Amino acid sequence: MATNDAIIGWKTITFGCDVVEPGNSANFRTGDWRSQRPVLDKEKCIKCGMCWIFCPDMCYSQTEDGYFEADMEYCKGCGICAHQCPKDAITMVPEEG
Amino acid sequence: MGKRIGVEVSIAIADAVKLARAEVIPAYPITPQTHIVEHLAEIVANGELDAEYIPVESEHAAMSACCGAVAAGARVFTSSSSQGLSLMSEILYIPSTMRLPMVMVVANRAMSAPISIWNDHQDIMVQRDIGWIQTFAENGQEAVDLVLHAFRVAEDRRVSLPMIVNIDGFTLSHVIEPIELPTQEEVDAYIPPFKPKRKLDPRKPVTMGPVGIPEVYTEAKVAHDHAIKNSRKVILKAWKEFADHFGREYHPVESYKAEGADTILVTMGSISETAMTAIDKMRDEGRNVGLVRIRLWRPFPAQEFRAATKHAKVLAVVDRCLPPGAVCGPVGAELRSIFYKIPGAPKIFSFVAGLGGRDVTVERFEEIIDKAEQYSKRRPKELYEVIGVREK
Ligand code: SF4
Ligand code: SF4
Repeated sequence: MATNDAIIGWKTITFGCDVVEPGNSANFRTGDWRSQRPVLDKEKCIKCGMCWIFCPDMCYSQTEDGYFEADMEYCKGCGICAHQCPKDAITMVPEEG
Repeated sequence: MGKRIGVEVSIAIADAVKLARAEVIPAYPITPQTHIVEHLAEIVANGELDAEYIPVESEHAAMSACCGAVAAGARVFTSSSSQGLSLMSEILYIPSTMRLPMVMVVANRAMSAPISIWNDHQDIMVQRDIGWIQTFAENGQEAVDLVLHAFRVAEDRRVSLPMIVNIDGFTLSHVIEPIELPTQEEVDAYIPPFKPKRKLDPRKPVTMGPVGIPEVYTEAKVAHDHAIKNSRKVILKAWKEFADHFGREYHPVESYKAEGADTILVTMGSISETAMTAIDKMRDEGRNVGLVRIRLWRPFPAQEFRAATKHAKVLAVVDRCLPPGAVCGPVGAELRSIFYKIPGAPKIFSFVAGLGGRDVTVERFEEIIDKAEQYSKRRPKELYEVIGVREK
């Protein structure tokens, strides 16, 4: 069974519980608890970047061919990208297992 | 040394904040704290103090602005009361665990309902566990002195915690007392410039106030708990140095004719002056009674309190707060805890008095002491008693 024991001691925790390493949220995998994933239909996509702008976890990055691809390490399956897409090019499909 | 002049306590507090060179003052007015922040607004507007005065839209915003300003490295002061203090509540727990030092004067006032602008300690007892260092002043001079002390302690890098100085609403905030304000040079010698342990700086980015997942939350809170417990040494040293600088000595608890007394009255704040008069009267009548006043409320000075009352047989504890449904008032509960199962501990009786501006007179204190002594012989039915309640 999973536990949530301490990962740092009270004597070694940073002053005021600050995060002193900039950008370290990249180390925090938010994709673990996703129940559905965005699937792109390239036929419909116009490469407008709305998904990239609206994703709250900044999962999207643009690939060389101009499409936007979500990083499943971080995608939490909220569906905001699918909701914002003006062309309904993104479909949320349930994660299996 | 400055001159001793007759001045309203609120005005003197504002002048003390000016002498302490506060840099950011986010404040929202509320009776009976108003004169403090009004006078500060005047001082800043007149150019007498080089500070940013932020007339915020609520106390919630005031405390939020305070946190931001300290995080940016400024010396910060604010003040509130009662409902206003409660409106800050959501934010009050934040600067303490985040170790953001600032000073707030709370002009203690009752909580509604019914609406009351008058004095008791219910507003601050709501905020008992916010993790700020807290002191209680007895008179105007002490209020000024504790404000200067608070800047010195809060900003000490070993402490780095926010601090509240409690002053009784109206009975302190609105009275004119002879008060000696030190000179600027003297205050500068006592309070060094604020050098925060860390601050917001784009060249060295940090995130302050992140999420604390279950794997770190406990440790963050324990670190805070240790910080406030360890602040004791700095608090005491800053009082000792205060005496060296200004000639007035302060301690976590104050004893008045308590040495060898069988029955000791326990108070906090300005009613202690009336309590001393009651003790004098009863001593003249041959009663072996004394008074111990708690000045440092958080961290609670258990050691000093036990030492000050170690020969007493009976403690009559006066709370200016009635927590409905609790076993007794917060001060009473604290004292029962620190004496629990200690051999030879005094019998402790808890009284609630002076709610919503009701006067606690010499006669009331005599009644409290008489009752405590009677109860020590025959246990009372209740765990506390509200004094001066009219039945019909
Ligand atoms: S589902 Fe949510 S988290 Fe995942 S890519 Fe879309 S917007 Fe981002
Ligand atoms: S929002 Fe829709 S159309 Fe726009 S880039 Fe993303 S997937 Fe393509």
